[in-house]
Amino acid sequence: MKSSSPLKWFGSREGLYYLALAFLLVIILPLALDPFRLNMVGKYLTYAFVAIGLVMCWGKAGILSLGQGVFFGLGGYCMAMFLKLEASTPEATAIQSTPGIPDFMDWNQLTELPWFWEPFHSFSFTLIAVIGVPMLLAFVIGFAMFTRRVGGVYFAIITQAIAAILTILIIGQQGYTGGVNGITDLKTLMGWDIRTDEARTTLYFICVGMLFLCLFVARLVQNRKLGRILVAMNAQEMRVRFSGYDVAAFKIFVFCLAAAFAGIGGAMFTLIVGFMSPSFIGIVASIEMVIFCALGGRLSILGAVYGALLVNAAKSGFSESFPELWPFAMGALFIGVVLAFPNGLAGLYQSYVIPLEDRLLKRKKPEAEPAAKPAAAQPDAEKADDYDPMINSYSPEKS
Amino acid sequence: MFDGYTSSELMSIFAMQGFAGLSLFSVFVLMAMGLAIIFGQMGVINMAHGEFMILGAYTTYLTSGFFQSYLPGLFGGYFLIAMVLAFIVCAALGALVEWLMIRHLYHRPLDTLLATWGLSLIMQQAYRSIFGAREVGVELPEWMIGAISVTDLVELPINGLFVMIIALSIAVGVYLLMYRSGYGKKVRAVVQNRPMAEAVGINSAGIDRATFALGCGIAGIAGAAFTMIGSTGPSSGQAYIVDTFLVVVFGGAQSLIGTIISAFGISQAQSTMEFFLSGSMAKVLTLLVVVGILMLRPEGLMALKVRR
Repeated sequence: MKSSSPLKWFGSREGLYYLALAFLLVIILPLALDPFRLNMVGKYLTYAFVAIGLVMCWGKAGILSLGQGVFFGLGGYCMAMFLKLEASTPEATAIQSTPGIPDFMDWNQLTELPWFWEPFHSFSFTLIAVIGVPMLLAFVIGFAMFTRRVGGVYFAIITQAIAAILTILIIGQQGYTGGVNGITDLKTLMGWDIRTDEARTTLYFICVGMLFLCLFVARLVQNRKLGRILVAMNAQEMRVRFSGYDVAAFKIFVFCLAAAFAGIGGAMFTLIVGFMSPSFIGIVASIEMVIFCALGGRLSILGAVYGALLVNAAKSGFSESFPELWPFAMGALFIGVVLAFPNGLAGLYQSYVIPLEDRLLKRKKPEAEPAAKPAAAQPDAEKADDYDPMINSYSPEKS
Repeated sequence: MFDGYTSSELMSIFAMQGFAGLSLFSVFVLMAMGLAIIFGQMGVINMAHGEFMILGAYTTYLTSGFFQSYLPGLFGGYFLIAMVLAFIVCAALGALVEWLMIRHLYHRPLDTLLATWGLSLIMQQAYRSIFGAREVGVELPEWMIGAISVTDLVELPINGLFVMIIALSIAVGVYLLMYRSGYGKKVRAVVQNRPMAEAVGINSAGIDRATFALGCGIAGIAGAAFTMIGSTGPSSGQAYIVDTFLVVVFGGAQSLIGTIISAFGISQAQSTMEFFLSGSMAKVLTLLVVVGILMLRPEGLMALKVRR
């Protein structure tokens, strides 16, 4: 499949799925929705970044992190710090007792900018930090845990504790972080007002572009030997280790990758929503991110995007009309996705829609069969490549 | 951080905060006991544990209301009945949950975690719909109000002392059940080697259900005790769940003694630091130290040594 030209790939079944998603995000939604709703979709899409990371980390490699909100938050806070500094020019904050520092610092009697805020005057540093800070933390956590072969529920609990620590820290250190309100009143990005409708629509398209970039990277990883080792590690970690692979290194890699995706998502979130606060990074928010991935299908990166869109759309829909029903629906979703359809929407699609597609394709194709042989062989090869893991690698008998 | 205190002042500060920490310690022990049994025996993470505790608390609340309106003469003793009721209600719900949900997921511990999280969301919202979002409190019987003064500076509130006694007696009870009874022997056999335990005729599925129900029942008692020292709201359980998991993991998942030691260490560290630092920083530091130690020693303080 790798040998086929990119153009041919777009004609293949997998390519068509990607095209369909692109068509939905780039053409249908912008045409169908007003700027306010489109901005909401953009917000949902930022969670899709986290969900893609979780597919790689949890679905493929079997590492359940309940602290993805930490990385999402770090990316988001890095971006928010840059935007806040830009909004807090000495002229704009002239009424403060110390002009030139963010307003919440002034309220908390700080008289100068803390050292770790200084580098965020630079946009290029911010862009590096958005990816670098989450990856660095993920590396430290991953290195400490995976080289000691901590995994499974222990890892989940510890990442959850880290989410709790970061939330308490941010809320407690009001003067440095904006506290429970978060970093608000963000106005411009390099002089460009991000609050107008046009800016928000532009940001939506940037977000879609970044999303496809991340999808591309994730696809690159999953279709190589690397991706297969990740899946193998999930199913038979010992066998992979005895085959001479450094399991810890692969785990650290995939955890850092997921953290980087989450960081990008967080930064886009700050830009699109216009503020960042601890409520998006805590325990509850972090575990909700897992359900985006689980609903879409824990083994399908495209499914993760749909999962993030659907859960968040349902959440806003419920919260607008029946706020008290939402936790019930969410709880039922958690239980249902685990008990009834562990492979999520992608699994359902695989078992119900794909056979239908096959039948349709076969009915159309008989006379063109000999001529189109290479093309017809394509879906089969692809199945072996990508879609088999969806059903087969999921092993409930894992011990 | 010790600047400006004389050594005698420091001593009384430590004593004072130590007593405050003991109250947190009892809550930790009460919650962690049930959790440690479930996690240690079955490897199941029950994220709804806090909600089971709150169920016990609401049961106590209803019982106290019932006694107030129909049996005011016996109000002094309602708490004992409430505790038994809380145990029964929570254990019954626990057995039901195990039968409906958990037993299908024994081979997928991460999925159990997500499913029980879903359960906790549903239970929380159910409490909110039934009892309202506001926190409720019970009226304490008269004998529980007041304090015993030990020295001029140190006073022990009776309700706090009572909760501590419950916590310790439950800990002792669980210890006896696990190490001095036939049921406990079976449980330990299943923990150490499930296939062999089954081979000698232990009904491991039955043991699992009984253990899950027992863990939930203890959570119910914890909730009943919790009403003595604090008010109950729909999401009170969630506030403690991460701390409690850390207590259990830090102590070593299959060791009851380890759980108690770690509950003591964490609660004392937190309450002592709370005096010198802000509450949030004390919590951050405690959690960081615990997470740090767990990274260095993932098996926890007291690991069960089993040949695998």
